Amino acid sequence: MTSSLGAGGAHTVEILDSRGAWKPLDGLLLEVDQLQVEFRTRDGVAEAINGVSFDLHSGETLAILGESGSGKSVTAQAIMGILDSPPAFITGGEVRYCGRNIFTLPDEQRRRVRGPEISMVFQDALSALNPVFPVGWQIAEMFRKHRGLNKSDSLAQAVRLMQRVQIPGAAQRVKAYPHQFSGGMRQRIMIAMAIALDPAVLIADEPTTALDVTVQAQIMKLLADLQEERQMGLILITHDLGVVADVADRIAVMYAGRIVEQSDVFEIYARPAHPYTKGLLESIPRLDQKGKVLAAIGGLPPSLTRIPPGCPFNPRCNYAQDVCRVDPPPPLREVVYHRLAACHFSELVLEHSPELQVTQTVDDVQAALEYGPEPTLISQHDRIADAGPGPGVLP
Amino acid sequence: MTAEVILQAENLVKHYPIKAGVLRRTVGHVKALDGVSFELYKGETLGIVGESGCGKSTLARMLMRLEEPTAGKLTFDGVDVYSQRGSAMRRLRRDIQIVFQDPYTSLNPRMTVGDIVGEPFEIHADVLTKRDRRQRVQQLLELVGLNPEHIHRYPHQFSGGQRQRIGIARGLALNPKVIICDEPVSALDVSVQAQVINLLAELQSGLGLAYIFIAHDLSVVRHISNRVGVMYLGKMVEIGDEAQIYSRPTHPYTQALLSAVPMADPTLRNSREQIVLTGDVPSPANPPAACRFHTRCWKAQEICSVEEPLLIPRPDGEQSHDSACHFAEPRVVV
Repeated sequence: MTSSLGAGGAHTVEILDSRGAWKPLDGLLLEVDQLQVEFRTRDGVAEAINGVSFDLHSGETLAILGESGSGKSVTAQAIMGILDSPPAFITGGEVRYCGRNIFTLPDEQRRRVRGPEISMVFQDALSALNPVFPVGWQIAEMFRKHRGLNKSDSLAQAVRLMQRVQIPGAAQRVKAYPHQFSGGMRQRIMIAMAIALDPAVLIADEPTTALDVTVQAQIMKLLADLQEERQMGLILITHDLGVVADVADRIAVMYAGRIVEQSDVFEIYARPAHPYTKGLLESIPRLDQKGKVLAAIGGLPPSLTRIPPGCPFNPRCNYAQDVCRVDPPPPLREVVYHRLAACHFSELVLEHSPELQVTQTVDDVQAALEYGPEPTLISQHDRIADAGPGPGVLP
Repeated sequence: MTAEVILQAENLVKHYPIKAGVLRRTVGHVKALDGVSFELYKGETLGIVGESGCGKSTLARMLMRLEEPTAGKLTFDGVDVYSQRGSAMRRLRRDIQIVFQDPYTSLNPRMTVGDIVGEPFEIHADVLTKRDRRQRVQQLLELVGLNPEHIHRYPHQFSGGQRQRIGIARGLALNPKVIICDEPVSALDVSVQAQVINLLAELQSGLGLAYIFIAHDLSVVRHISNRVGVMYLGKMVEIGDEAQIYSRPTHPYTQALLSAVPMADPTLRNSREQIVLTGDVPSPANPPAACRFHTRCWKAQEICSVEEPLLIPRPDGEQSHDSACHFAEPRVVV
């Protein structure tokens, strides 16, 4: 097979496994390199992704954390090649799967990657599933299209998968339609479809956002088990700082289409290196802050058609100096060993957050309850309007 | 805190009929709310938590009297709400206001902010003369941290957090004593959530409001509430102050709910014991007999499907608080 190789010229060795699928070199599955995506709209060009880079290894969970409009879902859609174009255009960068730039692959080869090798679980299972086909038929489609199985064999495979994702009475419910399932069960069906062909990379885009917490716990456990079992690389896209803390190995924090911090999960929660990450962590209600004013980040994320010059976070940041307001924006650099942050003042931020007092043990929780401050209601404080790039209220 | 009750719900029940067939005959009932009682004290926040379909929002609508009850009694400041008629009811409505969940659909896109916040004065015309309204609306906007100059703008010109502030200003317009917040921050991003929570807390201390704070986010509820009630399938299963519910929960459902909430601290990853419930919440049209949680409960025994456990004080290790479980015992889960 002739393969068109991307800029990652180092990975030119062709390794195929028994199925004829590509295998990663040194466990390096996916490389996203300086990805740029823009949306050309009537109101101007929205720069949704501005040079995003990250790696994913097999068996690893990378969480992409960000608020709405930060570009996390667009990143996933660009990797999967399911961006609506127009208005979206990939204007730069590469996504390499096992060393090959998948943007330049011929269609036939790209089909062999997308689905069998890299698959995706979407947020809203009700709108992602086709309402007019039975769920079993939809799961079986993967086997019919990609493996060439016939109807009955593929349906048998679908039942097996539905059992694997713990849908009770799978054999009876294989002919049921999506609306006959609850939200949690529909999400399981989506997962069954995504893992059908044993992919090496699974992208889960807010897989539990629409679900209740008890069901969320079930789904996250299922994903973790499947990942363990198949040594998949998992990209978990979410805005929930709790879910991330529970399952991620590494975290990439996105803001206005850029990765502003990338680090090991333990380090980032203990000592954030970017003011935005710090602000996010401080704005979660915590036990020792009960009844006190939450340290909210002032202002709003910028509109993607009008990203401020310099660091995109500068209007909301209380570390901001003149250098932050001029282009080019601070690059993502290694501030501590194996920790990347895109801030001119990361060293200062690290210094200022020696211990984000997250409750450590059950004893600490008890102690905080017994000796903690009386829950007094707050007094007058500087209120900040949502608008106006005023100073934040971080302590 | 003065223990003066401002709102008291006694055994509130709401059943919605299920109609079927050509004759639209009633074939059953969705038991959205099935006997819920609680008290709300002046100036406090009562948090209500529970999963979707547990009756939280039905409860909010019942407290607003947007729904007529199937049974039960609601007393506001000594007045029986459901027996009021006409102008007396209208006057009563001023005292209980609501802030809705979705700031995108709860504001009329064709009305300016001034009209939205001023609409309560159109309905309750005797509160304020027409001349004073504009000034009052601007005061309200300032109170919730918006620019009073923006009175002529439309909702689409504001962000989600700002829209929620508009909704709060509208709720405050008639100087209510109780505000029902139905998931007020769940549609907002984390960084904006904190701003709105701070605003609600500040307004409470400034204006002496009592809140019913309905949410599914347990850490937000914990932050803002003095007391917390936990609902499951139309029933209150446990209610107590914040420490009782979060550190000494005695009902298995509360324990499972708390343990399922992911904590934003990776160091707790393996030290926390997670109770992962099996299955989904049963349909409220056909809820399990007796204890409604027994189908998913790991403690369930025969008595649980025969005799309904009452919401009565049960020991929690230190004191006792109301819990509806035959086998209530405290367990540290957070």
